[in-house]
Amino acid sequence: MNAHARTFNEAARQQTADLRQRAWIQTALSGYYAKRDEFKNRFQSWPAARDTAAAIKWEAVNHLDRYLDEFASRLEARGTSVFWAPDAQAARDYIVGVAREHQVRSIIKSKSMTAEEIHLNDALEQAGFEVVESDLGEYIVQLRHEPPYHLVFPAMHLTRQQISNLFHDRLGSAPTDNPEDLTMIARRVMRRKYCEADMGISGANFAIAETGMISITENEGNARLTTSLPKVHVAIVGIEKVLPRLSDLALFLPMLATAGAGQPITCYNTLYGGPRQPGEPDGPEEFHVVLLDNRRTELLADAEQREALHCIRCGACLNVCPIFKNVGGHSYGTTYQGPIGSVITPHLRGLQDWKHLSQASSLCGACTETCPVKINLHHHLLHNRRNAVRERPARFEKLIQTAFVFVMRRPRLYEWIGRFGRILQPLQRLVRGTLLDPLRAWTKTRSFPPVAEKSFRELWRERKKP
Amino acid sequence: MNNREIILGRIREALKIAAPHPALHDGTGTTTPLPASPQKWLPPVGGTLEEQIELFRRNAEDLKAEFRECTSANEAGQYLKKLALAGGWKKIGRHSGELTDPVARELGLPEVRTDGGYAVNDLESCDAGLTECEALVAQTGSVLVSAPSAGGRALSVLPPHHVVLARRNQMVPDLTAALQRVQEKFKDKFPSFLSFISGPSRTGDIERILVLGAHGPKKLTILLLP
Amino acid sequence: MKITLFIPCFVDQFYPQTGLSLVRVLERLGHTVDYPEAQTCCGQPAFNSGYWDEARAVAERQIAVFHDAEIVVIASGSCGAMVKVFYPELFQGHPREAEARALAAKTFEFSDFLVNRLGVLDVGARFPGRATFHDGCHGLRELGLKNPPRQLLQHVRGLELVEMKEAETCCGFGGTFAVKFPMISTAMGEVKCASIAGTGADYVISNDSSCLMQIRGVLDRQGKSVKTLHLADVLAQT
Repeated sequence: MNAHARTFNEAARQQTADLRQRAWIQTALSGYYAKRDEFKNRFQSWPAARDTAAAIKWEAVNHLDRYLDEFASRLEARGTSVFWAPDAQAARDYIVGVAREHQVRSIIKSKSMTAEEIHLNDALEQAGFEVVESDLGEYIVQLRHEPPYHLVFPAMHLTRQQISNLFHDRLGSAPTDNPEDLTMIARRVMRRKYCEADMGISGANFAIAETGMISITENEGNARLTTSLPKVHVAIVGIEKVLPRLSDLALFLPMLATAGAGQPITCYNTLYGGPRQPGEPDGPEEFHVVLLDNRRTELLADAEQREALHCIRCGACLNVCPIFKNVGGHSYGTTYQGPIGSVITPHLRGLQDWKHLSQASSLCGACTETCPVKINLHHHLLHNRRNAVRERPARFEKLIQTAFVFVMRRPRLYEWIGRFGRILQPLQRLVRGTLLDPLRAWTKTRSFPPVAEKSFRELWRERKKP
Repeated sequence: MNNREIILGRIREALKIAAPHPALHDGTGTTTPLPASPQKWLPPVGGTLEEQIELFRRNAEDLKAEFRECTSANEAGQYLKKLALAGGWKKIGRHSGELTDPVARELGLPEVRTDGGYAVNDLESCDAGLTECEALVAQTGSVLVSAPSAGGRALSVLPPHHVVLARRNQMVPDLTAALQRVQEKFKDKFPSFLSFISGPSRTGDIERILVLGAHGPKKLTILLLP
Repeated sequence: MKITLFIPCFVDQFYPQTGLSLVRVLERLGHTVDYPEAQTCCGQPAFNSGYWDEARAVAERQIAVFHDAEIVVIASGSCGAMVKVFYPELFQGHPREAEARALAAKTFEFSDFLVNRLGVLDVGARFPGRATFHDGCHGLRELGLKNPPRQLLQHVRGLELVEMKEAETCCGFGGTFAVKFPMISTAMGEVKCASIAGTGADYVISNDSSCLMQIRGVLDRQGKSVKTLHLADVLAQT
């Protein structure tokens, strides 16, 4: 077992033992389910909408070269600098370079998982820049020096008391258990930052090829302020974010909101097509779009799993995943948590190091069922397991599987092993749950059924006898 | 080879093997050709303007926005006076426009105009931002603003109360129609900024409890003029 | 109709009565039942662990065993999904692909067979008690069998069916997952059992013995007296 797998197991053990935390996550999500279903039902056909969304993303991803080229050319035509980043290092270096060139003093950032992926904040801080996360949840986890707990709800694991204590310690605010008061504390801090910051960094939810625009979805208005006031705006965009046409948003905006947050539409859906244009009163003087590959093209090359690039990062698969709900977002140790993270992390960061996430699933398929763009998530977990074994089978497991085949291809042997089990089981009972128990992984927390006195095939034979 | 060529090269190489089209949900085949227009699947919208205005009103109210029909700019100005009194407005931000000019005249408060540029702190200290818009979307209760129709990017998000003035003929049934309208209007000369605003700024980041006015406006008022 | 039974290996070894119940119901409906003794396992444990070559070696034998069967009925959504959904993928491009697809096409999960193939909703069963139904994930999502088991249970005399809050949430079994990640698997089982307890039902019924083994395992440790029953065991009662 590698270090990442050990860390995951240890974190999962701790989290599953924390009943209070598990109940908290269940409660935090309970309102979401009702709202999601309410707004899904307002669609004339949610299943057909999913088909259409999947078809549009298929078209975009399977003609990615054409659409990306179109996207970049149109942005450039209106004065945007487009930087193509083959990997995380190139993206970080470019953005740090932009900050240096403009001698910025303060950077304000709106939520971006892609920026998390390349550890952008660390790079900027190491280069001597102050970066403040403006999304409330991101700001909270930034103050705690934690990664986001969830793609969409970064601070969902925290209670209002914890947040109040955090603000009290770090910002000197008076303790309060009112979420509105807590929000206003952050609002006041952030207002000063927006007005002072000379660089704004954002992600993007969609990249529209037809018109050369990025689309940002948010509720708080922090991304709008981040991209309106500072004189430089840098948007970091994964290359898979492309949609062919502007009109595609008519489908994707309500689907993203419904699936991701249980909202009919998110509060702000904003399109940016360049820096401030002639005649416009405000907006940045410079607009940089960083297109990030960072091994996405390796996933693209896997035709079987290519559709994992259809993901619109709505987080719906996390919200329904029983693994996520029981181990929490931090246990994964990845930028992208939950089912989609378990599918793509092996591609982005190495299969052997991250295959354990694909194994840590009961393959229940709740993720696939809910995915608005119909990614066959749990089947891809199976594919990752198969690919990991093909590449490097685990020696002990290989032995067990070989024995399994040997027995299962020999019905007589299989039957005798069953009988043998019947004899051995009383012995197992003597050591049940202890280190000597071969079934310990099961019996430590669960009862194990007795082997039947007669197997079905024996009963069948008896039944057939005249 | 530059980075653009490197990445596009990787993509072309990767796409040499074709991926299968997704299957349709009812098992009748795959999604090629593209399934019917998404409008068919999205939430339904009534055909007449009156129905659309009613739907917009319901949606806007669900989103905690205020929606009001006014018979004239005069009446809108009078109504804003009431809001100004109740909210203790001392100064408003606005841009010049066919609708904003007469309404602001009626309101008669000191103002910061964003038209030719402005100082950020001046706008930040305004109690309300008065803008026009490109369209109102019945299906979602959203206001579509753009840089030219809303006095730039910040006016509609920085002051704590955003007031939108719209005309009845700006009501469109759905997002598709709204996007089509701006595409026809701007063609290749798009502004740098377009935004669908659906209710006042909000967050659920603390215990998933809804709080209005996270970073943007705490209130959104939409006044529909003839 | 001549029906060939596919009895999953763990039903054979741990829950043989469920197999007999299956036989009873099908015979009561006037069908002839056959059971080829050369069958063993569908190969899912290897398949789910990523050992597809090994899974294929086991599956090949099953394909051969059921080659001449007219209709194959299987009392498990999970093993049913293995045959119907995953055999075609496992044998894609393999010389046995056509045979794998043929077996997939003629194989039915028990409730699917009764309701969708035979059109039978009332099998003449009587079973007094208050029960809740647990959807096994494979039956529910791979095979799309949300309604058939419920339709059958609704026609059982004396049975009161109550829905639990999280009927569709996984019980946490997941095959080898249950022993590779016992802490997560058990946590999921606890969520399931809390949901079951919330109904006040005396019985929890499922069409998957593997889920029931997990649920029973957790219930026992919690000291709960709710009984676990396979759908076939309920339908066999008269």
